[in-house]
Amino acid sequence: MNNKKLFAAVVGLGLVTLSACGSSSSDSGSTGSKTVTLVSHDSWAVSKGVLSDFEKKSGYKVKVLEDGDAGQAVNKAILTKDNPQGDVFFGVDNTLLSRALDNGLFQSYEAKGADTIKAGYRVDGDKVTPIDTGDICVNYDKAYFTEHKLQPPTSYDDLIKPAYKNLLVTENASTSSPGLGFLLGSAAEYGDDGWQGYWKKLKANGVKVVDGWEQAYNEEFSGSAGGKKAKADRPLVVSYASSPPAEVIYADPKPKTAPTGVADGTCFRQIEYAGLLSNAKNSKGGKAFLDFLLTKEFQQDMPLNMFVYPVVEGAQVPAEFTEYGPQAKDPETMDPAKIAEHRDDWVKSWTSLVLK
Amino acid sequence: MAVPVAFFAVFFAYPVAAIVERGLHTDGTWQFGRILDVLTQSDIRHVLWFTTWQALVSTALTLLVALPGAYVFARFDFPGKQILRAVVTVPFVLPTVVVGTAFLALVGRGGLTDDLWGVRLDTTVWAILLAHVFFNYAVVVRTVGGLWAQLDPRQEEAARMLGASRLTAWRTVTLPALGPAVAAAALMVFLFTFTSFGVVQILGGPTFSTLEVEIYRQTSEIFDLSTAAVLTIIQFVAVGAVLALHAWTVRRRETALRLVDASVTARRPRGAGEWGLLAGVLAVIAVLLVLPLAVLVQRSLDAPDFGYYRALTHSDGGVFLVAPIEAVGNSLEYALAATAIAVLIGGLAAAALTRRDAGRFVRGFDALLMLPLGVSAVTVGFGFLISLDEPPLDLRQSWILVPLAQALVGVPFVVRTMLPVLRAVDHRLREAAAVLGAPPWRVWREVDLPMVRRALLIAAGFAFAVSLGEFGATVFIARPDNPTLPVAVARLLGRAGDLNYGQAMALSTILMIVCAVALLVLERLRTDRTGEF
Repeated sequence: MNNKKLFAAVVGLGLVTLSACGSSSSDSGSTGSKTVTLVSHDSWAVSKGVLSDFEKKSGYKVKVLEDGDAGQAVNKAILTKDNPQGDVFFGVDNTLLSRALDNGLFQSYEAKGADTIKAGYRVDGDKVTPIDTGDICVNYDKAYFTEHKLQPPTSYDDLIKPAYKNLLVTENASTSSPGLGFLLGSAAEYGDDGWQGYWKKLKANGVKVVDGWEQAYNEEFSGSAGGKKAKADRPLVVSYASSPPAEVIYADPKPKTAPTGVADGTCFRQIEYAGLLSNAKNSKGGKAFLDFLLTKEFQQDMPLNMFVYPVVEGAQVPAEFTEYGPQAKDPETMDPAKIAEHRDDWVKSWTSLVLK
Repeated sequence: MAVPVAFFAVFFAYPVAAIVERGLHTDGTWQFGRILDVLTQSDIRHVLWFTTWQALVSTALTLLVALPGAYVFARFDFPGKQILRAVVTVPFVLPTVVVGTAFLALVGRGGLTDDLWGVRLDTTVWAILLAHVFFNYAVVVRTVGGLWAQLDPRQEEAARMLGASRLTAWRTVTLPALGPAVAAAALMVFLFTFTSFGVVQILGGPTFSTLEVEIYRQTSEIFDLSTAAVLTIIQFVAVGAVLALHAWTVRRRETALRLVDASVTARRPRGAGEWGLLAGVLAVIAVLLVLPLAVLVQRSLDAPDFGYYRALTHSDGGVFLVAPIEAVGNSLEYALAATAIAVLIGGLAAAALTRRDAGRFVRGFDALLMLPLGVSAVTVGFGFLISLDEPPLDLRQSWILVPLAQALVGVPFVVRTMLPVLRAVDHRLREAAAVLGAPPWRVWREVDLPMVRRALLIAAGFAFAVSLGEFGATVFIARPDNPTLPVAVARLLGRAGDLNYGQAMALSTILMIVCAVALLVLERLRTDRTGEF
C-alpha cells in the first residue's frame, strides 16, 4: 500500500468517525438536563397530545428508545446499567422483575401518586412502580362455537376435554411472553408438580405450538383477520384479554359485537413496571417522568395505545374494553420471586415435554 | 486497506470480542471450562448438527435451482428481463414474519401444494429449505450471473470448432471460469442459511432450532451470557472452517479471463432447447418467488377501495406517532447511507485484495470480511451496546449506527461480487497503463472500473436491499417517531385487529415496490459507455 492511499484511507476514516461523533454529541441531549430519555420495549405507545402535555408542563423533552421485545429490552438494560442508555425504563413485567431487581437495575424512588395504585398491584420496596396490567387468556372464535353448537371453554380443565380436541394453538414458552404466561398460569393452577401432567394431557388433546404470538394469532387462529384469509382452523388461541376490543376498534366498519371472546378461567395476570435506572444521567427528569406515568391523563391514555389496563384508582377505561374485554375476574398470579426461581427449569422441562 | 481493516475492527471484531469477554471472563478469570460444559450437552450438539445440515442442503438446493436462472439472465434477452431481475431480489428485503405468511399460503394449509396434491409442508424441514431457496435465489443470480454475462462466448465457440461437444466445451471452458463466482455464491448462501433465524422458527415450528435461535434464546430470554458466548465461539469456528475451505478451493482457480461487455453477450434464445430452458426458469420463478409475493399483494388489497393503504396515511392508529407511510422515507435514508458505506469500504477492500503484491495477511483478510455474515446478529447487537458506549465512539444513540451495522452485511457482498471480476482482469493491462505513465488511481479508473462497474452496481443493489430489509440493527435505535418499513410491519403485525393486519400487508407491498424500483433505478445507472475491451 503506498503512502497516498494510506493517507486517503486515514482521512476517510477520520471523516466517518468525526461525522459519527458529531451526530452523537448533538444527539445525546441526556447530558443536558432538559431531555429525559425513556428506554422501553417495542410495544411502548402514547398519544402525541398526552406526551406533549408532559413536555410543556415539565419543561423536559422526552426521547424514547425502543429496544426489541420485553425480554431483550430488560437484558440490554441490565448489560448497560453502569452506563445506561436513558433515565427511565418502562416495561419490565412480573415474569422478569426479579432478574431486574437482583441485577440492581433500578434506584429507589417513590413516584408521586403511588398511593393511588390499587392494592393488588403494589410491590414491596420503592425500586419499581407498577404502571399497567393485562391478562394473558385463551381467546375463542365466536363464529366457530356458534356454528358447531359448542360451549366455549371456561377453564384450564376444559381445554383437555375431548370436545376441544385439536382446537387450541399456543406459543413457544421459551421465546414468547404470552406462551410463558400460559405456562405459568397452568403452574399456578395445578401446582409446581401438577402442571407437567396437565401439559401431557394437553399435548394428547392436540395442542399446537408455534413460535410467536404473531403466527399463532394471525396465521392459526380462525377468529382473526389474518387467520380468516389463511383459512386457519384453530378457534382457540393464547392471547390477551384486550385482543377482542382490538378486533372491534381496528375494524372498518366497526362490528356491533366482537368476533372473538375471552375464556375467563384461563387467564394469567401480567403487571408491567417502570423504574428510575441506576446511574441515570438525568434522575430529576426521570423522576418527573415516572410521576407522569401515574397521572390519570397517561393512565387513561394507555388502553387504546398499548391495549393494557390502568393500575390507579379512578382511571377510566374506554367502553370497548368494559364491553368486549373486561379484566379477568379471578386470574392466576404468581410471586415474581417464585417465577425467577423456577422459570428456566420449567421452560426447559416444558420444551422437552411438549416440543420433543 | 487501512479503511476496511479499521471499519471491521471497530464495528465488528471489537463489539463481538466485548460481548464474548463479558460472558466468559467472570470473577477475574476466563471460564474456558464452560466450552466443554456446553459442548457435552447432547441438545447443543444436535442443534449444531441440524444447523450445518440444513445450511448445506439449502445451499445445494439453491445452486441447483438458481444456476439455470443465472444462465438465462446472463445469456438471453427477453422482454421484462430487467424487471424480473429486480423482482427476484425482492424476497431479500421482506421481514421473515411476512415471508412466513406468504410461504404458508404456498405450502401450508389450503396452500397451493395442498390444493394440487394434498401435500402440506409447513412444520417440515422442506418448508425451511424452500424458503431458503426463495430468499437466496437472487444471491446466485446476481453473483454468478454478473460474471457469466461478461464471459466471452467466443471462447466456448472456439472449443466447439475444435470438435468438443456442447457439454465438453461448457465443462472445460465456461465452468472453470465461473468456478470462483459459483463458489462465492455458494459461500454466501451457506452463511446466510447457517445463521437463519426467522425462517426456521416460523416455517419449521419450534421443534427446529438453529445455533442462531439458540444464541438468541440464551441472550434475550434466559440471559445466560456465558452459554451464549460459547455458542458464538462455536459459530465462529464453524464459519471459519467453511471460509478456510472456500479460500483454499478458490485460490487455485482464479485466473485472468477474457471479459467482454455484458450487453453483447445476451441474445434472444434460439431453438427448442433454449426456449424450453427459458420457460422452465420462468416457471420456477413464477411459482417459487412471484406466487408467495402475490399472496401478500392480494391480502393487502382485501379491503374496499384500497382501505388498508388509505389507513397508512393516518397517524391516529396509536401504533406510531407518525403515519406508517412515513417509514418509507426513513428506510430509504438508512439504505442509501448503508449502501454508500458498504460500496466505499467493500470497494477499497476489493481493490486492495486484487493487488499483485498482496501478501498472505491481506489475503487472509479476504476471508475475515465474510465473518459478519456468519455471526449472530444478536451477538453483534449486544456487543455494540457495551462496546460503543464511550466517547469518542459513543454511537449507541446515533443514527449512524444503523447504516454502519447494515453495511457490515453489505460489505462482504460487495467484496464477493467484485473480486471474481477484478481478479479476472488481465494484470498486463494495468501494467501497460502504468508504463504509459498513469498514476495508480487513473489505472484503476481506466482499466478496472469499466470492467467492474457492472459488478459494483449489482453489489450496490444488493447492499441496498440488505439494508432496506434489515431489522436487527434498526431495533436498536428505533424510535416511535421514525420507524423503518420492516419495523413498522412488525409492529403492525404484533397487534390484534383487521386494520392492523391489512396495513402490515399493505406496507409489505410498498416495501417490495420500493425495493424493486430502487434496484431498477440502480441498474439504469449504467452509463452507456460500452467498455471496449
